[in-house]
Amino acid sequence: MQEETGAKPPTVTPGRVVIALCLIAPFVALLWVSSYARVEPTFIGIPFFYWYQMLWVLISTGLTMIAYVLWRRDQRARKGGASA
Amino acid sequence: MKDGVNGVALAVFIFFFLAVTVIGFMASRWRKAENEASLDEWGLGGRSFGTWVTWFLLGGDLYTAYTFVAVPAAIYAAGAAGFFAVPYTILVYPLIFTFLPRLWSVSHKHGYVTTSDFVRGRFGSKGLSLAVALTGILATMPYIALQLVGIQAVLDVMGVGGGETTHWFIRDLPLLIAFAVLAAYTYSSGLRAPALIAFVKDGLIYLVIAVAIIYIPIKLGGFDEIFSKAGEAYAQTNEATGQPRGSLVPGDMGQWGYATLALGSALALFMYPHSITATLSSRSREVIRRNTTILPLYSLMLGLLALLGFMAIAAGIKVDNGQLAIPQLFENMFPDWFAGVAFAAIGIGALVPAAIMSIAAANLFTRNIYKDFIKPDATPAQETKVSKLVSLMVKVGALAFVLTMDKTVAINFQLLGGIWILQTMPALVGGLFTRWFHRWALLAGWAVGMLYGTAAAYGVASPTQKHFGGSSKEIPGIGEIGYIGLTAIVLNIVVVVVLTFVLNALKAPAGVDETSPSDYTADVGDPGVKAELPPATAGAPGGH
Repeated sequence: MQEETGAKPPTVTPGRVVIALCLIAPFVALLWVSSYARVEPTFIGIPFFYWYQMLWVLISTGLTMIAYVLWRRDQRARKGGASA
Repeated sequence: MKDGVNGVALAVFIFFFLAVTVIGFMASRWRKAENEASLDEWGLGGRSFGTWVTWFLLGGDLYTAYTFVAVPAAIYAAGAAGFFAVPYTILVYPLIFTFLPRLWSVSHKHGYVTTSDFVRGRFGSKGLSLAVALTGILATMPYIALQLVGIQAVLDVMGVGGGETTHWFIRDLPLLIAFAVLAAYTYSSGLRAPALIAFVKDGLIYLVIAVAIIYIPIKLGGFDEIFSKAGEAYAQTNEATGQPRGSLVPGDMGQWGYATLALGSALALFMYPHSITATLSSRSREVIRRNTTILPLYSLMLGLLALLGFMAIAAGIKVDNGQLAIPQLFENMFPDWFAGVAFAAIGIGALVPAAIMSIAAANLFTRNIYKDFIKPDATPAQETKVSKLVSLMVKVGALAFVLTMDKTVAINFQLLGGIWILQTMPALVGGLFTRWFHRWALLAGWAVGMLYGTAAAYGVASPTQKHFGGSSKEIPGIGEIGYIGLTAIVLNIVVVVVLTFVLNALKAPAGVDETSPSDYTADVGDPGVKAELPPATAGAPGGH
């Protein structure tokens, strides 16, 4: 990715924007309580309020994993770019 | 509550307790390093833990026995409001992902053991560093005390400890023994002991939750049945307040409180000394980031555990002290031997965080009070010795706290502790990214946040308590009920920003910054960052 040596890559890149979105999404979803404060639809008898938040444990785990992979790629590209 | 001692459960409990004790003492020989006299060894496990050890250690540390007892207890008492622990522990990981690798790097480069070490190095201010250290110690002490409350709840349900009429020494003897043993192996093995014991603790906890979440609903007729019974129970009017006991979903009134409590607690959690200690003990930046992708498994478990609160209602458990609801549910539902396993899980779940917390508090005292103010030329060996002794004192203090005072005092202080520790955020997180903040402004902001938070919490009344009745209060200017800690930190940040402008305009002297921008991204393998064991001189960095 880094073709010209010596030039510093920009601080804000599309990859980094995606990382930021992945990390911010859980805050928006979970702090917006009125979006999920209801009983229906239930899941095996558990009200929406509870299973939705537990589902977010899995979603945010997935998002953090994406952020982690993208971040590693970003760092490798930068290090590679610096030494090339 | 059944009368008498539950012999089978007690025997199983004692078996696990003994096994853990042996592990605790043997831990000192695990991955032993050459420079064992350094505080890095005793207090940070040689900074050598990989992904899995860190996972168990952080998991064992952040999800304490008190959490296991208190979260379902809160659900049992009031319903939805108690579930905020789940969003709270979800939100903490993006925060750790963003902030703590930077702290790890700069700490590794300069040999920092505590957050106060970092604050002193970054802002060149011993006063600010002392404020952060004192806040950390004050916030941690009641947290340790609450771990004892968790053990007490289990002992009570097993019928050990007798009633109110028993002589106090006999009543508290089991707790005293448990704590003496804990203190002894923490002293001899340091952070390695809780790291190893955490494997046992988490194995047991996962087993118990998996069984409970399948077995108990089957016995109670399914989740439909459980939630409809719980809904009925919450709708009944509480005589003390004249309002319904709780609700299955938060009403419009409770939503601000729910969100602010989740956010504020998430911000506070990773500021606690024990989270930082466990994080700094990891081997590399990668280990921390990788852990934020696997630690949420514990949050899932916590969510399932919270559901036990509803099951306790559906099973018709009636206890005066909500803390006993879950242990009692286990005793009523499980065969005796498995109840013993469940109690052991909670009991050992208290030992791991208590050990890490006392080590973290001891490190703060040694590095930022003893070394900075009492004996600046202390050698690494002396530091370690002081830290070991202080870890003992901290535990004795917590024990005295629990035995001499009412349990609600410990709970009140823990509530205050969360508000207090949050006030160290501008110095710590701000410092990780920018040096723009002025050290005096940070100190002033901290003081304002502490004062407002304490005063506001003092003014909260509940049906049973005149003061410290809860952690939520009307947010000035918004009018909604919200978490006091979050209001206090906003106030804190406003003061910091305004005063920084003023002080910079007046050209007030800023402290010397001993860190450089590249320190914050340094990783294992970079020059100046040793892969495993930091140099023996790591105990005396910074040239003070």
